[in-house]
Amino acid sequence: MFADLIFYVFAAILLFSGMGVVVARNPIFSVLFLILSFFTCAGLFVLLGAEFLGLLLVLVYVGAIAVMFLFVLMTIDIDFAMLKEGTASYLPVGLLVGGLMVTELVLAAKAGVFSGEMVQQAMPVPGDVQNIVAIGQVLFTDYLAPFQLAGLILLTAMIGAITLTFRRREGVRRQNINKQVLTRREDAVEMKKVKPGQGLV
Amino acid sequence: METIGLSHYLILAAALFSIGVMGIFLNRKNIILVLMCIELMLLAVNINLVAFSSFAGDLAGQIFSFFILTVAAAEISIGLAIVTVLFRNRGSIEIEDSNLMKG
Repeated sequence: MFADLIFYVFAAILLFSGMGVVVARNPIFSVLFLILSFFTCAGLFVLLGAEFLGLLLVLVYVGAIAVMFLFVLMTIDIDFAMLKEGTASYLPVGLLVGGLMVTELVLAAKAGVFSGEMVQQAMPVPGDVQNIVAIGQVLFTDYLAPFQLAGLILLTAMIGAITLTFRRREGVRRQNINKQVLTRREDAVEMKKVKPGQGLV
Repeated sequence: METIGLSHYLILAAALFSIGVMGIFLNRKNIILVLMCIELMLLAVNINLVAFSSFAGDLAGQIFSFFILTVAAAEISIGLAIVTVLFRNRGSIEIEDSNLMKG
C-alpha cells in the first residue's frame, strides 16, 4: 500500500537525519539535519492525520527553534572541532546504553498490549470537521486552564531569556528619557546680562 | 510488507529516542549539541503521543503534544540564553569548564 511505503521512507529519513545530528563533524550540519528530522516528522504527523501538529512542527521548530540554534552557533566563536575530540572514548558506553534502550522499548512494543493490530481510527468527531477545528474545539473548552498556563510558561521563558542576556555596559552613552522629561527650566537655561560691545565668555 | 500498525510508530519513536540518548553521551562536551539531542528525544515522545492519539481515536494525545511543543520552545530559549551568557563570561561552552559549583 502506498501509505505504508511512505511510512518506511519517512522513517528511514528520520533515523538517518537523527544519526546525522549526533555524528556530524560540524554543528551547523547538525542543525541542518535537525531541521530535516523535524520536517520528516511533520510528514509523519500528516500521515497520522494530525495536520495541525505537523504544520505547528514546521512553524515552531523549523521556523523558530532551528533558526535560533543557527543564530547562537554563528555568534559563538568556538573551535568546534576541538569539542568533537574524545567522542570515540564515549562511543562504547553510548552505544551500550542506546542499544539497550532501543532493545527494551522495541521488545515492550512488540510483546505488549500494543502489538496487536490496532486499526487506525477516525477522530471522534464528525467526518467533515477538520483536524484543526477539532483541536480548537477541545483546546479552548476542556483544556482552557492548561492552555493559559502554557501562555504563562512562554511569558516566563521570554522574561527569563531577556533578563539573562541583558547587559548594561559601562561607558556607553544612552538616552535616559526619565531624566530628560524631569529636567526643569532652571537646570537647563541660564539668563545672562550681556553688556554692549562685549561677547559672552 | 505488513500493514503499518501502532507498534511501527512506537519502534520508530524508540529508535529516535535512543539516538538522542546516545547523542548526549557522544557529544557531552558541546552544550548546544546536547540541547539538540534533547530536542530529538522530545520529538520521539511527540511521535508516540500523536501515534497513540491517532490509533486510539482520542484528541487528548495531540493536545498533550501541543503542550510539549510549548515547553520545548521555552526550554530551548532559556537554554540558548544560558549558553550565550556562559560564552560571554567564560569564553567557552565546554561542559567540563562549567564546574564552579563542583557538582
